[in-house]
Amino acid sequence: MNYLAATEADKQKMLERIGLDSMEDLFTDIPDNVKLNRALNLPEGMSEYELKKKIKSMSSQNQNMDQVISFLGGGAYDHYMPALVDHLLSRSEWYTAYTPYQPEISQGTLQNIFEFQTMVCELFGMEVSNASVYDGANALCEAMIMTTDRKKEIILSGAIHPEYIETVETYANGLGVEVKTAGLKGTITSIDELKASITDKTGAVAVQYPNFFGNIEDLQAIADLAHEHKAMFIVVVGDIISMGMLEAPGNLGADIVVGEGMSLAGPINFSGPSIGLMATTKKNVRKLPGRMVGMTDDKDGRRAFVLTLQAREQHIRREKALSNICSNQALHALATNITLCTLGTKGLKEMALKSMRNANYAMRRFTAIEGVELINGGHYFNEFALKLPVSAKLLNKRLLKKDIFGCVDLSRFYPERVNEGLFFLSEFRTKEEIDLVAQYMEVIFNEQLFK
Amino acid sequence: MNSCLSKREKLIFEKSMPGHKAYFLPKGSTPKVDIEEMIPAGMIRKVEARLPQVSEIDVARHFTRLSNLNFGVDTGFYPLGSCTMKYNPKINEAMARMPGFIWLHPYQDPSTVQGAMQLMYELDVSLAEILGMDKMTLQPAAGAHGELTGIKVIKAYHDKRGDFKRTKVIVPDSAHGTNPATARMAGLGVVEIKSNANGEVDVEALRAAVGDDTAALMLTNPNTLGLFESQIKEIAEVVHEAGGLLYYDGANANAIIGVSRPGDMGFDVVHVNVHKTFSTPHGGGGPGAGPVGVKGFLAPFLPKPTVEYNDVEDEYYFDYDRPDTIGRMKAFYGNFGVLVKTYCYIRALGAEGIKEAAEMAVLNANYLKALISEDYEIAQDRLCKHEFVATPKRQSEYGIHTTDIAKRMLDYGYHPPTIYFPLIVDEAMMFEPTETESKDTLDEFAAVMAEIAKECRENPEIVKSAPNCTVVGRPDEVKAAKQQILRWEDFKL
Repeated sequence: MNYLAATEADKQKMLERIGLDSMEDLFTDIPDNVKLNRALNLPEGMSEYELKKKIKSMSSQNQNMDQVISFLGGGAYDHYMPALVDHLLSRSEWYTAYTPYQPEISQGTLQNIFEFQTMVCELFGMEVSNASVYDGANALCEAMIMTTDRKKEIILSGAIHPEYIETVETYANGLGVEVKTAGLKGTITSIDELKASITDKTGAVAVQYPNFFGNIEDLQAIADLAHEHKAMFIVVVGDIISMGMLEAPGNLGADIVVGEGMSLAGPINFSGPSIGLMATTKKNVRKLPGRMVGMTDDKDGRRAFVLTLQAREQHIRREKALSNICSNQALHALATNITLCTLGTKGLKEMALKSMRNANYAMRRFTAIEGVELINGGHYFNEFALKLPVSAKLLNKRLLKKDIFGCVDLSRFYPERVNEGLFFLSEFRTKEEIDLVAQYMEVIFNEQLFK
Repeated sequence: MNSCLSKREKLIFEKSMPGHKAYFLPKGSTPKVDIEEMIPAGMIRKVEARLPQVSEIDVARHFTRLSNLNFGVDTGFYPLGSCTMKYNPKINEAMARMPGFIWLHPYQDPSTVQGAMQLMYELDVSLAEILGMDKMTLQPAAGAHGELTGIKVIKAYHDKRGDFKRTKVIVPDSAHGTNPATARMAGLGVVEIKSNANGEVDVEALRAAVGDDTAALMLTNPNTLGLFESQIKEIAEVVHEAGGLLYYDGANANAIIGVSRPGDMGFDVVHVNVHKTFSTPHGGGGPGAGPVGVKGFLAPFLPKPTVEYNDVEDEYYFDYDRPDTIGRMKAFYGNFGVLVKTYCYIRALGAEGIKEAAEMAVLNANYLKALISEDYEIAQDRLCKHEFVATPKRQSEYGIHTTDIAKRMLDYGYHPPTIYFPLIVDEAMMFEPTETESKDTLDEFAAVMAEIAKECRENPEIVKSAPNCTVVGRPDEVKAAKQQILRWEDFKL
């Protein structure tokens, strides 16, 4: 199968028009010693029907979350996704367009980004946002770059998603930026450790909220500490839905707020497309990377939207640009906008509350089982870490047999945390499901007593 | 575009009316909680996010109407140079929405995602074959992200050998802006070399530029003039002899797939923009994906995890145990949903279809160049690959600039080419028709270009004042930058 539109007769006429005899003549400028001169070693092409059959068979080998009871979170959270979202973004005027470089015929995309920027600012309590970056981890990397141009040190809370920390370390390597990690007290950032490691060379301090273990950090205290040392305070929002219940980081001292927006943008899709959200204060607008849309007028005074402040970007500044980003996750910014329009202020709050309520019930139900403990007595939102009487791996293996995706096994990231697991509760989970899983857990733990 | 229906649309915030709602959540069966007990004092949300309050039909209409203000490949011809705006096959959209793909969590047990991992593994192997590489990473989310990954791999290789002085990346003056920006982001310096009179890399200038501080040369081939670098073997030799490596910017790979492979040209690292060459949609500016391929000796430096296959256990797995890895470029695994579409495209086309796509892309570009050259100057008028650069030199005597011509194309219902790029050509208009366009479309477009050339001679004002038929005219960019209204709140202030 191919998607070409020319007939053999067309090809002949076109070749004639340019004065060539054959298709091979089109490639005489490629030296023979770099030509392939054989067919690619790939399977033969497929018809649409065959392709569909093949893909169906591959996808059906997977066990999908929608068919099981899942407690998996750990940075990828499954929430209510209005049917409107996929329906509207499936309009090809949205998804087959390029970056809005021609504003007169891109007002749809541009206005969407303007609305998206507004909503991201609203969620985070900040003043400016961009059109998005690749994912939450990259948003944190970009925030690091924004804050370490002069003071080349950043302190990350050890309760930031471990894969985000790894990504920041990867980006920092080469830039001469030192990445320090502040240790934890239980599963919460240790303010004492932060105090011990912050210096006048610290460009920024970053904390996750709710953190990787689901706990709610004391942002204001950390903000004050950072600001005392003239360091910027970066907040990485964990599950974005928390912004329906938790105070906006902008009201708790944050200078830059970043986060992963997947829970508002579409199904988890095995982790991507993801969408990195970024917002900051007006003062930092020229340091913010990526595309930004501004409102203006055309020559007849009609309201128009346009990419603006482009002098920050790679296609203008080249090697002086702070970031090389050009493509972002525009279609996911559209999805985020549609979801937030659908939910509105009340819907977001209700979703956050129901998710939190389920987490509270599950935590109480699970910790009522002998040998199960909440690792940190602190406050949590919709995710919490439990100490288990068996390894998290064993528990997950057993639960999988019952079509349950158990917890994120914390030993995956912290080898010493073998018997610890992270449980996330979406608003979908019911009391019956939680009770059922609790019963299975009791049985599994009891069986282990004899081994 | 100028029908009554294509009116400007109010902002969703201007449609908000208290009390309207469009969501319906499950009632919830778990006991109510005391919020004050759950959330620490002072951290319960006080200032609510001011999101719109609208009903479902308002949301549906708002985004449908906004979509009417857009122009996509499905709307019309989109010859945007270096962006490869080819048709996005609909079957791929459907396949990427299979429940067995979209509802997968990254931390599910590997035994429950074998189908997804098989797809990733087979895509890795297929892309490596097409590019002449040995191993890929599918993690990067876009082309520029791939560039940074690749340059970091190169730096890690030099560092591993203790060769720490290699801190410079050489880029031709015709390069995409991302190349120098990438070098800087990796903490490396940039050496720009001039192109020669033929629009290709000046090998003598390159020879003078390389040295023991050369980390890499970043090159796109065919280059941004649409020309194949005829001395590519020599270029590779010069860089390799100096101890540097060759990075292939795959933005223009659509011209050569199935015909020539970067790996055989001497490149060590390659990224491809699957949203260009492999037909995944651009989405109005992403999400894309920018897989990176490397020669075997660089494979240990690829980001973790890579996708591997164990042929004893017949099992796919993620390999995290990579001591020399550069680390990680993104959380989790990459833009999987986009990769599904890439895989579908490669499987549908097969070896033969992939080569045909490149051939037809090149035929279309040369044919369109021949037609357009009747009225416009061509920067390098010889056999081109997937794109070519024209200029309004013949129109300049009427005071016409590239912008004017581009804006006039909008009135005729076409998306303009890439303009003012590459920087080495004054007033550049870079056309890339892609292989999925028919001869008729190209003929019609060329006729419009001829008509615009005539207008430039006879009625230049209509060209200079264009566009006249779009929903808005040319936006005042200076005002936008000055007043910085970047959110609804700024407007209300």
